[in-house]
Amino acid sequence: MTGRDGSDSRDTAFNDAELDRRLASVWSTPPGLWGILSTVDHKIIGRRYITTAFVFLALGGFLSLLMRLQLAQPEARFIGPDRYNQIFTMHGTNMMFLFAVPVMQAMAVYLVPLMVGTRNIAFPRLNAFSYWIYLAGGLLLWLAFVLDAGPDIGWFAYVPLSGPQYAAGKRADIWAQMITFTEVSALAVAVEIVVTVFKQRAPGMSLDRIPLFVWSMLVTSFLVILAMPAIVIASTSLILDRLVETHFFNPAEGGDVLLWQHLFWFFGHPEVYIIFLPAVGMVSSIVATFTRRPVFGYLAMVMAIIATGVLAFGLWVHHMFVAGLPRLGQSFFTASSMAIAVPAGLQIFCWLATMWAGRPIFKTPFLFVIGFVVTFVIGGLTGVMVASVPFDTQVHDTYFVVAHFHYVLIGGAVFPLLGAAYYWFPKLTGRMMSETLGRWVFGLIFAGFNLTFFPMHILGLRGMPRRIYTYQPEMPWSALNMFISLSAIILALGFLLFFVDAIRSARSGAAAPSNPWGASTLEWATSSPPPPYNFARLPVVGSLEPLSDHSDDLPVAAGLRVDRRELLVSSVVEAIPEARESSSGDSIWPLWAALATSATLIWSIFTPWAVVWGSIPVAIALIGWFWPKGVPEDES
Amino acid sequence: MGAENRLTERTVANPTSALAAGALLLLVGVGGLLGWLRQPRELRLDPPAAADLDRFRPMPNGISGTPPQSYFALGKPYETDAYNLSQGKRLYAWFGCAACHGDGRGGAGPSLVDGWWLYGPEMVSIVASIRDGRPHGMPAFHGRMTIEQIWQLAGYVQTIGSYTPKIAAPSRNDDKHTRPAENRGPAIILFDEGPVGPEPGPSP
Amino acid sequence: MRAVSALLIAALASGCSGNQSALDPHGAPAMHVEHLIIGIIAICTVVWVLVMATLGVALLRGRRAGADNAKHEARLTMTVVAAVAATVAIIAGVTIASFYTTRNIGVPESAALTITVRGQQWWWQVFYAGAGAAPGFQTANEIHIPIRTDVHLRLESLDVIHSFWVPSLAGKQDLVPGRSNSVLLRAEKSGVYRGQCAEFCGLQHSHMAIMVVAEAPADYDRWAASQGGDAMTPADPDAAAGRAAFLAKPCAACHTVRGTPANGTTGPDLTHIGGRRTIAAGLMETTRGSLAAWIADPQTLKPGNNMPMVPLTSAELQNISAYMESLK
Repeated sequence: MTGRDGSDSRDTAFNDAELDRRLASVWSTPPGLWGILSTVDHKIIGRRYITTAFVFLALGGFLSLLMRLQLAQPEARFIGPDRYNQIFTMHGTNMMFLFAVPVMQAMAVYLVPLMVGTRNIAFPRLNAFSYWIYLAGGLLLWLAFVLDAGPDIGWFAYVPLSGPQYAAGKRADIWAQMITFTEVSALAVAVEIVVTVFKQRAPGMSLDRIPLFVWSMLVTSFLVILAMPAIVIASTSLILDRLVETHFFNPAEGGDVLLWQHLFWFFGHPEVYIIFLPAVGMVSSIVATFTRRPVFGYLAMVMAIIATGVLAFGLWVHHMFVAGLPRLGQSFFTASSMAIAVPAGLQIFCWLATMWAGRPIFKTPFLFVIGFVVTFVIGGLTGVMVASVPFDTQVHDTYFVVAHFHYVLIGGAVFPLLGAAYYWFPKLTGRMMSETLGRWVFGLIFAGFNLTFFPMHILGLRGMPRRIYTYQPEMPWSALNMFISLSAIILALGFLLFFVDAIRSARSGAAAPSNPWGASTLEWATSSPPPPYNFARLPVVGSLEPLSDHSDDLPVAAGLRVDRRELLVSSVVEAIPEARESSSGDSIWPLWAALATSATLIWSIFTPWAVVWGSIPVAIALIGWFWPKGVPEDES
Repeated sequence: MGAENRLTERTVANPTSALAAGALLLLVGVGGLLGWLRQPRELRLDPPAAADLDRFRPMPNGISGTPPQSYFALGKPYETDAYNLSQGKRLYAWFGCAACHGDGRGGAGPSLVDGWWLYGPEMVSIVASIRDGRPHGMPAFHGRMTIEQIWQLAGYVQTIGSYTPKIAAPSRNDDKHTRPAENRGPAIILFDEGPVGPEPGPSP
Repeated sequence: MRAVSALLIAALASGCSGNQSALDPHGAPAMHVEHLIIGIIAICTVVWVLVMATLGVALLRGRRAGADNAKHEARLTMTVVAAVAATVAIIAGVTIASFYTTRNIGVPESAALTITVRGQQWWWQVFYAGAGAAPGFQTANEIHIPIRTDVHLRLESLDVIHSFWVPSLAGKQDLVPGRSNSVLLRAEKSGVYRGQCAEFCGLQHSHMAIMVVAEAPADYDRWAASQGGDAMTPADPDAAAGRAAFLAKPCAACHTVRGTPANGTTGPDLTHIGGRRTIAAGLMETTRGSLAAWIADPQTLKPGNNMPMVPLTSAELQNISAYMESLK
């Protein structure tokens, strides 16, 4: 480090206790309501994000139980078609936009700065803003649902059913505007993650020493940045069609109905990998820790993650195989959809090799990884099936596809996420979750999941379409549907037990040491939970597994000022320190900006003038946000 | 990284969980509070309620009058409910209204958007016009539509020519664009054309 | 999971249990696809079992202390590379098999019969073009085809996207507004094959079924000739009274009965409704009772559909049902 030696505001001037005290006074969030509303600490926001996403998971799960109640018997009348359509739309929208993507990003908001050894995420106030916007979008959707004005057009919102002529009222507008909220928050987090990973890594953490979880979140963030604009265009065009009479999707005026599907799936397919790639990172972290060896084939894994990310943009048309597209195009997309099985297979083989060579320890997080391999391979193989055009013409929009994507999303992403919850819970809360309950949770969820979703493959092949609120008694589906509904109770019990365990452990679990699992990545180098400044002295990384190579004496970098929030900016490839950069302090303006933005977006459902008048409070909030602080931003 | 760090962090962690619990409570509380504001979409009108819709009382001159009490008890659904208005719009196409009234700007029949309601803009007048017909060519539809459909259609027709656009008004159709959609009103932007079509009927 | 393969095989074996099943094919296109389905599932099952076996051994195998690490890693690398190569080979094989099947299920240049199906919320409008002296005609929710004949369906939509899917005869194809899609339908033996809308299309997506009746060419010709004709004037006094009521009530504003003044086009053509197997898009079998139930309260049986509840006296209801039933 270059710098003015002898300055008494540098960390070199203090012993450990004094340094902790000074850093705490600079980085802590003040207690009380003001602190809650204005904090920019990535750990507090990350926990908040994760908690909110899990609340949405519970709500979405509740909706699925309602659907299973209705479908348990033929021609049941618990729920009418209007409400049922709202429920399945809400379930899909909620799980994709309010749970799956945000929870993965939230884990990254919490973990990535710790894993790369920095003190806060890049753009901390943008981070606070993104949470508030996300919360507002979720509240908008759920309040609309409670008021019986929830969207009833499916989470895919195909025009013309969602368009101005066939979707009466504000339901579809609320859906499309909720998309805008989640787009904004997801894009904000993606930008933060990319910058954090590229510019804030600890000295010495060159690109080939980044943990796989960080790699996967980096690629995920690029996917978000590249895919979300497609849905921005789609949902905005839909709103314009509905509210101000544009004709993007009106064939009579030169628009095209299939344009929506192209735009939606150009986002919608990468979306699946936006959810799955973080899970790849989680599985890699857990496998490495619980087999007591690094993941086999680090380079191959990184390449597979990047290849998946690239290929993800080349397969959206396989959602449109029966829409009547030209044969040649379909063949191309069959080939590309099949091809993505290769990097996915490579990842599976690498994990299997790791387990083969390592010494497995069967703790709860690892159990979830085993469950992940068992179920995700099924989901991947059924993915190969639906990639084939003729196969797809028989199973598209049937329960076979419902089974397929639940195997991919629950088996491939929620299992790793639950494993990750057990794995990182000590780092999040400072307490351990119960191992005994964890085994029960795993057992119930694994059994309940397979019993619930496996029979759906058969239902689909035997002709049961998706999105039907009931079916007729003469169809041969009743017995399997009843079986599925009963199995869903087991699955729900598993999740209930998980929530009980999480809440109980957060309040009274056993206190966690800083590295309870003997893991080797940097987040375990600091206390559980970490102090507000993450690391008293920034670690220096000399290998892929800094903690196992230097279990007791991690080298540290010194020279940062302790009288203001300051972090280290390093070079993209080699992570050579380049500058000391100030990190912004707590601010209430992100909240005001989020409120102003939310008000504008919701108001604009009712009148286009909202965009004009609403821009005034947004501008005021942004002026307050960006008001010069009068301190230098960085010192090289 | 001593115990004091743990302590500072714990004081932060508690408000966070309180906030999460608060957000959940807010969600449930507000949801419950506003529960009575719900607007469930009524797909099936009970036959007695439908029969009662026939019992509105127009003034003797056929202009304006009183809707049946049950209409208010239902919450005036045919004027305020987006679903009924959009059904009305479909009926406008299905029952050939466009043959005389065009896209609303008239043709063989009078315009519905020129601000000149021959029998006034009240629902009862419009319902009576559709159900019983009017002189100078407006046929009676009571043998071709149910009374519920007539109210739906009347609500939509009122929307076409309203002076201020309703929030619940339907938007454009996936057709050729011939005039601003109902939710882009008010119809006053089309008033410059003045009354179109044949001479207005007998003035009251 | 252990029972997974067993379940699957049981399901495949019991494929003949329903008349709306991709595993119960009765037409060439569906048979080609079924062979592909079973082939791919078999391959995938083998792959899954192999991966699971590897997983099991990897987790449970005994560990020797002090094994040669470098040699061990090299062997692992070889294994992973071989596994990836095997994946590529399998994927390539499946892709090629898929391409061949695609070629086999395409719509041929010239089909013996072309039928236009137009989807609407929530029923199917069907147009048969006239051939020679026989006039063209319109029907609803039921398609008759001669067996062992390639039938070209032209698929159009009047409102939102629907999807035509009769799994026992062919894979599905969407009906997209502003476009015209095609699907090849072919039945090898006579029977009634049920299909259902497969693309979410609003409130009554669940009750939008279609029946495909495949019959011997002679039977088909007889049927087509009878469909081309006008409706019979009923002799039965109840039905005759029903005809009068039908024409006087709002029914005639939306429905057509050829040979009567009823010429509405919003709802299904009812000229030969009594001869169809089901009413209300596969909701119920056609009987006088089900017709009466449907006419009396369509919004309870199929909430949200576009048929209004027309107030009728019980005598009118009985008579109209009798009339409908008589329209063979």
